[in-house]
Amino acid sequence: MSTLTSMTSGILDATLQQNETKRFASYDWFTQLRQQGWKNFESLPLPKRDDEKWRFSDTRSLSLADFNIATAPSEADTDKLIAQSHFITRPAGLIIHIDGHCVLRPAIAPELAAQGVKFESLEDALRHHPALLKEFLLKHEANLGGAKFLALHQAWLRAGYVLHVPKGVEIKQPFVSVNWTLTEGAAIFPHALVVAGDHAKVSIQEFNLSALPQLRALAISAADLHAGTGAQISRFSVQAWGKNTQSFEIANTCGGRDALITSVNAALGSRRARLENTVRIEGPGADVRLYGISVATGEQEFDQRTLQIHSAGKAKSDLLFKNVLLNKARTIFSGLIKVAPDAQQTDAYQTNRNLLLSPEAEADSLPGLEIEANDVKCSHGATTGQVNPEELFYLLARGIPMAVAQELLAEGFLEEVLSKVDNEEAAAVVREMFRLKFHTA
Amino acid sequence: MPDSLVIKNLNASIGDRAILKDFSLTVPKGEVHAIMGPNGTGKSTLAKVLAGHPDYSVQSGEAFIDGEQIIGQEPDAIARAGLFLAFQYPSEIPGVTIANFIRAALVARQAKGAPFDAKAYYAELYAKMDTLKMDRKFTSRFVNEGFSGGEKKRCEILQLMMLKPKYAVLDETDSGLDIDALRIVSEGVNRLRGPDMGFLVITHYQRLLEYIVPDRVHIMYDGRIVHSGDKDLAIELEAKGYDWVKKDLASA
Repeated sequence: MSTLTSMTSGILDATLQQNETKRFASYDWFTQLRQQGWKNFESLPLPKRDDEKWRFSDTRSLSLADFNIATAPSEADTDKLIAQSHFITRPAGLIIHIDGHCVLRPAIAPELAAQGVKFESLEDALRHHPALLKEFLLKHEANLGGAKFLALHQAWLRAGYVLHVPKGVEIKQPFVSVNWTLTEGAAIFPHALVVAGDHAKVSIQEFNLSALPQLRALAISAADLHAGTGAQISRFSVQAWGKNTQSFEIANTCGGRDALITSVNAALGSRRARLENTVRIEGPGADVRLYGISVATGEQEFDQRTLQIHSAGKAKSDLLFKNVLLNKARTIFSGLIKVAPDAQQTDAYQTNRNLLLSPEAEADSLPGLEIEANDVKCSHGATTGQVNPEELFYLLARGIPMAVAQELLAEGFLEEVLSKVDNEEAAAVVREMFRLKFHTA
Repeated sequence: MPDSLVIKNLNASIGDRAILKDFSLTVPKGEVHAIMGPNGTGKSTLAKVLAGHPDYSVQSGEAFIDGEQIIGQEPDAIARAGLFLAFQYPSEIPGVTIANFIRAALVARQAKGAPFDAKAYYAELYAKMDTLKMDRKFTSRFVNEGFSGGEKKRCEILQLMMLKPKYAVLDETDSGLDIDALRIVSEGVNRLRGPDMGFLVITHYQRLLEYIVPDRVHIMYDGRIVHSGDKDLAIELEAKGYDWVKKDLASA
C-alpha cells in the first residue's frame, strides 16, 4: 500500500496545490491553467439542493473533505495491478495509472508511431506536444452543474492520457487506459484527451477500478474528445470504482463535419457517481451516439446529465441511457437537446429507460428539448417500470428460478447498449462485471 | 396414479370469470392426448393454469405429475417437476440469446454448484437444431425477437427437446404455421414420443393431428371434457363441425 501525503488538509490545501503546480514551472501556460482552476474552485460554491442542475441529487452528502493526493504506489502493488489490467488482448496501446501516477507508459507499434500516432501520458505529452494540449485541453466550461468539480480537476491536473490520431490514419485495435485507485482516501483527477484528425478512426476502451472493493476515494475525471471532418471515435468507458468512492466525470465531445462518434458509459461502482456529458455537433452530417448503462445496487446514486448541442444542421445525435436498479438504489437522468436556429434538418433523439427490480429503488428522469430551428426531427422519451410479467412467466415456465429470471431479463435489457460497444472483449468483461454485481446485490 | 398427468376436478378462473369447471383428465406417460374444442372454451386457460400462470386462480381441484401435486406450486417449480408448456404466443425476450436461455433452464435443473458441461451442451443443441432445420446462427439470436411464427414454434420445440420434460402441453402449436413448418414441428414432437414422455396437444384444427397422431382425443366445451374417443373422433369432429359439440355433446 502506498502512504498518503502527510498534509492533513489534502486536496483542499492551497499551499499543497501551489507546491505541486511549481513542478510544472517550465510550462507557463499549464501552470496558469492549474492556477486558474484553483481560483475557479475557490470562487464556486458546492452545489445545493435547490440548484436546478442538481435536481434529485443527494447534495447533502457531497463532500470534498479528507481526500489526499497519494504518493506513488509500491513496486509490488504496481506489478500486481498491472497484471490485472489486461482486459483487452493486443491493444494498440495500454496506459495504466495507479492513484493518479502513471505506472505503465504506453508503447505503440513502430508503424503507428511512423504514421504520427501519439499515445502518451498527459505529463509526457506536456513535454512533447504542448501545442496539441494548448489547442484542445479543457476548452469547454462545465455547463451541466459540475463547474466546481471540473475546476478542482483542472487545479490538480497531472494524470491521464493524450491520444492523437492524425489525418487519414485508421486504427482498428483499441487503445486502452486503465485507472486504479489503491489508497484509502486518495483523490485522483485523470484526464482523457482524444483528438482524431480528419478521416482518422480510433477506438478507446477505459477501465476505472479500485484495488479494493470497499475503497473510499474521490475521482474527478474529465474527457475531451475531438473528431475532425469524417473522423470516427468510439469510446467505451467503464466506471467500476470501489463502493465508497465519489466519482465525477465531465466529458466534452466535439464532432466536426461528417464525424461519427460513439460513446458508451457503463456505471457499476462508486457510492455516488455523476456523469456530465456534453456533445457538440459543430459540422453538418455529424452522427453522435451517446449511450449509458448502469446497474445500481445498495444505496448507490448514479446521476447522469447530458446535453446534445446541435450547432450545425443535417446532423444526427442519438442518446440511450438504460439503468437497472436494485435495493435502495437511485438513478437520475437529466438530458437536454439544444438545436440552434440554423441547425436545420437535425435528427436528435433521447431515450432513458429504467428497470426497477426493487420497490425501494427510485429512478428520476428529466428529459428536455430546446429547439430553435423549424425543420427538425427530435424526440425524447423516458420509461420506468418493472420487468414485463409475460416475459418473466416465460422464463419461469422453463424452470428458471425467479432471481435468475429477473437477472436474465435485466441483462437482456442492458444488452441493447452493450451490443453497441465496438470491442467484443470489453463488452464481455463488463457483461461479467454486471453478472457479478447482480450476484452480490 | 403414478406415471400419469392427472387433473382432478379443477376449477379455475380469471378475475370473476370461471373458465375451468370441474375439469378432469388423465394422460398416462407414453401417450399423446389431444384436446380439441371451439374458441373460448378454456383450452389455453387449462395450459396456463397447469403451468402456474399468476393471472389465473384455482378455486379447487388438483393436478399431479407422477403423483406430485403441482397446483399451488410456483411456475418454475412446476417446470422443474417435469411439465413443459409450449406457448401459443411465445414471448420475445430482448437481449437474451437462445443459447443462454436454454442453458439457464438446464442449469436450473442441475444440483446447485454442479459444473455445466458447455461442450456437450452445444453439441446437443446443434444436433437438435439440425433436426428442426434451424440455422445454427439462431443460438446467438435473442429469444423469439423478430422470429416468424414458424421460427417461434420451432424454438418452442427445440426447448422441449433440450429440457426433456415428463409431460408436454402443446398449446395451439399449429397456429401460425405453414405446412412445411407444421411438418418439421410435428416430426420433432414425434421423435420425442416414447415411454418417458406424455403429451397433451391442444388444437383447434384436426390438421395437426394428421401429423401428430394421438392415442386419445378429447373434446372440450365450456371448461370441461364433454366427449372422448380415439383418433377418429378428430376426423368426425372435423366433418361435423363445432356446432355438433355445442348442440349434441354439451347437452349430453
